[in-house]
Amino acid sequence: MPVYNSQQGLIWHYRSPKERVIYAVAWLATLALIAVCWRFISAQTFWIFVQDAPEQAGDLLRRMFPPRWSYINELWLPLWDTLTIATLGTLLAIILATPVAFLAARNTTPHGIFRGLALLVIVSSRSVHSLIWSLLLVFLLGPGVFAGVIAIGLRSIGFIAKLLYEAIEEIDPRQVEAIRATGASGSQVLSYGVVPQILPTFAGVVVFRWDINIRESTIVGLVGAGGIGLALDSSISSLSWSQASVIFTCIFGLVLLSEWVSARVRKAII
Amino acid sequence: MSVESIPSKQRQWSPPPLIANVWLRYLVIAAVVGYLVLALSSIEVDPERIAEGWTRTSRLLADFFQPDFRGRWGDIRTGMLESLTMTVVATAAGLVLALPLSLGAASNLAPRAIYLLCRSLIIFTRTFPEVVIALLFVVMVGFGPLAGVITLSLASAGFIAKLLAEDIEDINSSQLEAMRATGASWAQIIVYGVAPQVLPRFIGLAAYRLDINFRESAILGIVGAGGIGAVLRTSIRRYDFNTTGAILALIIGIVLLLELLSSRIRAWVQ
Repeated sequence: MPVYNSQQGLIWHYRSPKERVIYAVAWLATLALIAVCWRFISAQTFWIFVQDAPEQAGDLLRRMFPPRWSYINELWLPLWDTLTIATLGTLLAIILATPVAFLAARNTTPHGIFRGLALLVIVSSRSVHSLIWSLLLVFLLGPGVFAGVIAIGLRSIGFIAKLLYEAIEEIDPRQVEAIRATGASGSQVLSYGVVPQILPTFAGVVVFRWDINIRESTIVGLVGAGGIGLALDSSISSLSWSQASVIFTCIFGLVLLSEWVSARVRKAII
Repeated sequence: MSVESIPSKQRQWSPPPLIANVWLRYLVIAAVVGYLVLALSSIEVDPERIAEGWTRTSRLLADFFQPDFRGRWGDIRTGMLESLTMTVVATAAGLVLALPLSLGAASNLAPRAIYLLCRSLIIFTRTFPEVVIALLFVVMVGFGPLAGVITLSLASAGFIAKLLAEDIEDINSSQLEAMRATGASWAQIIVYGVAPQVLPRFIGLAAYRLDINFRESAILGIVGAGGIGAVLRTSIRRYDFNTTGAILALIIGIVLLLELLSSRIRAWVQ
């Protein structure tokens, strides 16, 4: 902390003069970057449409209220489908991600090549959003819940495998060694030495991903992969905003419910 | 476990069951199996459609690995620039919005009423998936990246404010007390007492959110909110999988770079 002599006596400054220059330049560069980016977006925007945004928003609200609550009777099946997509998708991801995680962890992988391949699978699964997976899978498997389950499953592999292999790399090697010293086979070492150590993390990760998947499974329907998104898409394209507001309420409720469930389960585990 | 009293033939150990109560255990197993049967039966799988899709899959994979960057380079370039600029502007706007929101949502700084208001704002922005919020803004401000920027700014603000508020609630209160004892004003306490303690976390969150915002900006185009998603969707609809492959390769590459950058930044500030 720099302190300086001046005519008024000792003065304390938060930063030294050199630091202040560096900070000022960094700030200027950041602001300039933001300004350039904003200019590009502004050039791509039709400002005429933006000018009447408040009217459009008011119009939208008027159409949304009051919500047509009777529409909810047509939503029970899509809601069930949404739950199915999230749950079965998470299950599929668990089945596929567990071997990937063991291949990717430094202490359990059979060879460096397998580790590289497993890391590649994790990266591609994580970088591609479930909506993009859905777009591709709807094209390949036809529209419906099935495509949604596979999309959510493929998307979740990377997340589950990444957190799981990090947990595997952090296990206590002495327990594994002790099991091995009893003459246990490779699979016995895994199931009695490694698995009990990562089980709490595993359960936590799975519930966390299930919570995220509920959120994502509400939107995969927008591109035809089943669930409540399908109903949302048809309501919006037919401009039935009073139905859309019922759907928004359902999504809100579903997400809050899943958050509550996952918080409860994680508290029970930890 | 008194192993000695059991005849040696029956000397076997099995891990204790997860749920001790026998009835509860079988009830849970039955419920899980019942749910799985119901969920699996609600998936409609059309073998003919999948067989048809299979020939498409082989074509798609073949095209995927011959990505064509040239053919639609103009569209890809505009889309990518839109996605990147949306990421920068939305992250910056999100940070600016998150600052007051996180101070208001920290129970050790804010009065009860403001705390509740800020917390409910955060819950509201975090509950709905980004795509759903983007749908509404597309209606209000028209097609284009502006709708995406507004959506991502709100989502980033909620995300950063929630995590930052938790960090602010965990800070060392004796430092604040020391500042109060010197007669510092509220603003001075925030700048010199709170900010230095949470700054590393704030920078880390900003880097992390930059990464998330790019991933999200890659799909918002699917609902018309600007970015590469629109080009991606068109390329899939036109069966132009060479272009799809090129776009996915670019997305994965940029996500990797951003992930590397954000982990470097987080390692550097901590």
